[in-house]
Amino acid sequence: MTSLSMSDMQSIADRHPDVFTGSWRKSLSGWAVAAGLVAYLGFAWWFFAVGAVLAGGNWGIAGTYLADWVSYEVRPQIDFRDDRLDISYPRFASYRADRHPAWLSFDPPAATAAAPAANKAAASLVTVEIDGRNRIEITPTSVRVSRGEETLDIAIVPEKSITVAGTLPSWATQKAPGEKITVDFGFAGSAQIDADDVKIRHRFLGWENFVFDANSPFWGKSTSEVFSLIVSGERLDPGVSNAALAWDNIVNNSEWQHGDVWTKMLQTIVMAFVGTLFASLLAFPLAFLAARNITRNGLVNQVAKRFFDFLRSVDMLIWALFFTRAFGPGPIAGISAIFVTDTGTFGKLYSEALENIDDKQREGMRSVGASPASVQRYGVVPQVLPVLISQSLYFWESNTRSATIIGAVGAGGIGLKLWEAMRTNSDWENVAYMVLLILIVVFIFDNISTALRQRLIGNKASH
Amino acid sequence: MTMPLSEAGLAVERHWRELAGRRRLYTAGGLIFLFIALSGSLWFANESNAGKFFDRLPHFFDFVDQMIPRDGFEVWRALFDLPSPYDDGSLKFDYPDGRMYIFGSFYLPEYVYKMLETINIALVSTLIGFAFGFLLCFLAASNLVTQRWLRFFVRRFLEILRAFPEIVIAGFFLAILSMGAIPAIIAVSLHTIGALGKLFFEVVENADMKADEGLRAVGGNWPERVWFGIVPQVMPNFLSYALLRLEINVRASTIIGAVGGGGIGEALRLSISRTHEAKTIAIILLLFCTIVAVDQLSAWLRKRLVGEQAFGRGE
Repeated sequence: MTSLSMSDMQSIADRHPDVFTGSWRKSLSGWAVAAGLVAYLGFAWWFFAVGAVLAGGNWGIAGTYLADWVSYEVRPQIDFRDDRLDISYPRFASYRADRHPAWLSFDPPAATAAAPAANKAAASLVTVEIDGRNRIEITPTSVRVSRGEETLDIAIVPEKSITVAGTLPSWATQKAPGEKITVDFGFAGSAQIDADDVKIRHRFLGWENFVFDANSPFWGKSTSEVFSLIVSGERLDPGVSNAALAWDNIVNNSEWQHGDVWTKMLQTIVMAFVGTLFASLLAFPLAFLAARNITRNGLVNQVAKRFFDFLRSVDMLIWALFFTRAFGPGPIAGISAIFVTDTGTFGKLYSEALENIDDKQREGMRSVGASPASVQRYGVVPQVLPVLISQSLYFWESNTRSATIIGAVGAGGIGLKLWEAMRTNSDWENVAYMVLLILIVVFIFDNISTALRQRLIGNKASH
Repeated sequence: MTMPLSEAGLAVERHWRELAGRRRLYTAGGLIFLFIALSGSLWFANESNAGKFFDRLPHFFDFVDQMIPRDGFEVWRALFDLPSPYDDGSLKFDYPDGRMYIFGSFYLPEYVYKMLETINIALVSTLIGFAFGFLLCFLAASNLVTQRWLRFFVRRFLEILRAFPEIVIAGFFLAILSMGAIPAIIAVSLHTIGALGKLFFEVVENADMKADEGLRAVGGNWPERVWFGIVPQVMPNFLSYALLRLEINVRASTIIGAVGGGGIGEALRLSISRTHEAKTIAIILLLFCTIVAVDQLSAWLRKRLVGEQAFGRGE
C-alpha cells in the first residue's frame, strides 16, 4: 500500500485530531475480545481435557478405518506343518479350501503328507503375488519375501523357531529375535510371519461382493456372464428363473444387506414425508388462530403462539426419545417426532406469513358481503398458499437429514442401521455405502424441492 | 340477460375454459398422487414399526402415565440433587450421587453441569466453525477471487462438510477417541464450517465493492483489501449468522450427546429408557429453559447487530 511519511501523518493528525482520538477505546475492545476468546478456548481445552483425550486416542487404527471405507482385505493364513503347509481363510470369507484367489498359487503336497482339516487346503509351496512387484514364497521350512529389488529370507522350524538370514530391511519389523516379523507392503497389505503361521492381508480398492455374496451361484462371474445367464442360461436353480434368483441374491446379500438398507432408507424418506405433511396440515388452521390480523383476540393469539414455541423448543431429540419409548423403535416414532416439532415450526412461519398479507383483498371480499369463511378462502389463502407450500417443501428436504439423525436414537430408518454399523467398528464399508445413499437421496430431494419451490414462488426462493 | 359473444369473445371463453379445466385436472391429479403416496407411506411405516400403531396406542398412554412423578417436588429434587424421601437405594432416586463439588460444600447439580458441558460443546464448535468459515469464505466469493478453480474447490469442500451426516463423523471419532465430548465437538464443528462458510461467502458476494476499489487504487494487496474493505462491512452479518448457528448447535450437540457424545443428551436418553420419571422431567425442563434462553439471547443480540433483517437458517 502507498504509505505516508511521518511528517505527512503528523500534519494530518494535527488538522483532524477528532479522527485520531477516541479510537483507543475501539482498539482496546478489540484486544479485550481477543483475550477473552483465548482465555475461553484455554478453559475449554482444560474442561474437555482435550490434550489427554487426543493423546489417548487410538490413532493407529484411524487409517485402517478410513481405508475400510473404500477398500477391503483378503486374509489367507498359511500354517506350517512338519510335512506340508495348510492354507485357510477366515470364516464367512469369499474364499474357501476349494476356492482360492488368482494371486495365490500353490503346489500340491508330497504324496506322503497327512490330510489337512476339512476347511483347509494342503500344499508344499505357496506363492503369494502382491502387486506384481512384491511376492512371498512359503515352504514348510522357509519364507522368502521379495519387495521390489530387495529380498528377505527367513528360516522356519515349524512351531519352534524363526531365524532371519542377514539383516532386516526397513520395511520389516521384529520386536526381538525369535519373535514374529511384520512385513509392510504399504496400501497393498502386510504379512505377519511367525513360527506357527504366515498371516497375509492383501488390500484391494473397491467394495467386495457388492452385488453377489460368496454364497451366490453368480459370485465371481463377469457382468456379461451374469447377463447371459439371466437372459438365456440354463436354470441354476430348477425352482426359479435365473433373473428371480439373481434379484433374490442381490437383495439378500449377506454382507451388504441391500434389501434391509433400502427398506430402512425408505423408512427415513417416509418419516420425513409423512411428518412434514401432517405437520403442515395441522399447523395451517392453527396459524389462522395465531395470526393477529385474522383472529382479533389477543388471548387466543398468545396461547397459539406459545404453544408453537413450546413444541419447537422441546426439540426433536426429546420428542424422538419420548415417542421411541412410547411407540417402540420404528418409523412411527420418527414420524411423530417430526410431526410434533414441525407443527411448532410451521405454526410460527405460517402465522408470520399470514400477518404479512395484503389486507386489500380481504376488504374487497368483505365489502361484497362474503361470509367469514369465504373471506379467508378467497381473500387470504390465495395470497399465502404458495409461500406456505414452499416453506413446507423446504422443511421436507431438511427433515430428510434430521430423520437420519434421530433414527440413531431409535426412531427408525437408516440412522439406527448406520449407527449399528459404526458401533461394530468393522463395517466401515457399509457405513460408506449408507452415507452415499443418504447423500444421493438428500441431493435428489433438494433438487425436487428447489424446482417445485421455484415454480411456486418464482426465483425468489427464500431461506 | 347475457349478450351473445362475438367470434373473438367465444374463442377467449373457450380458451379460458380449457385453461381452467387443465388447472383443475392438475390440482386433482396432484392431490390424488399425494393421497396415494401418503396412504402407502402410512401403511409401510405401520408395517415396519416394531409395534403396530393401534396396538401401541394404549401403551403410549401407559407410558405417559409412568412419566408422572410421585409428587411435584421430586422434579426439583432431581434437578438440584437433593435427597428424595422415596430413596430405596436404586438408581431412580440417587439424586445426590451426581453432585459435582466445586469447592467446600458448594456443588453444581449433575444435570446443570451436563447442560453446561453441552452448551460449551456448542460454543466451542461455533467458534471453530466461525474461524474456519471466516478464513474460507473469502476464497469462495466470486467478487474477490478470480481463479475459478479455487472458488470451485472451496465451494465443493464446504458443500461436502455441510452435507456429510454429523452422526457419521461423530461415530468415526467415537471409535478412535472413545466416548466423550471431543467427537461431538469435531462433528458439530465440521458441519458448522460448511454451513457458515456458505452463508458467509454469500454475504461477501453482496458486499459493496467501493471500499475495495479505493484500497485497490492505493495499491492495497489482497489481504489488506479483504481486511479493511470487506470485513468491516460483513462482520455484523457474520456475527448474526454465527449466533443463529449457535442456537442450532445447542440442539445438535444435545442430539450427538444422546448417541455417545456426552453431556445432557446422554443423561436424557438414559433416564427416558430407564423410566426415571422425575429425572426425565427435570432434564426436559432444564433443556427447554436453556434452549428458550439461548434463542432469546441470540435474537436480542442479532437485533442489536443487524436490526430486523430476516435470516435463513442455512442448514
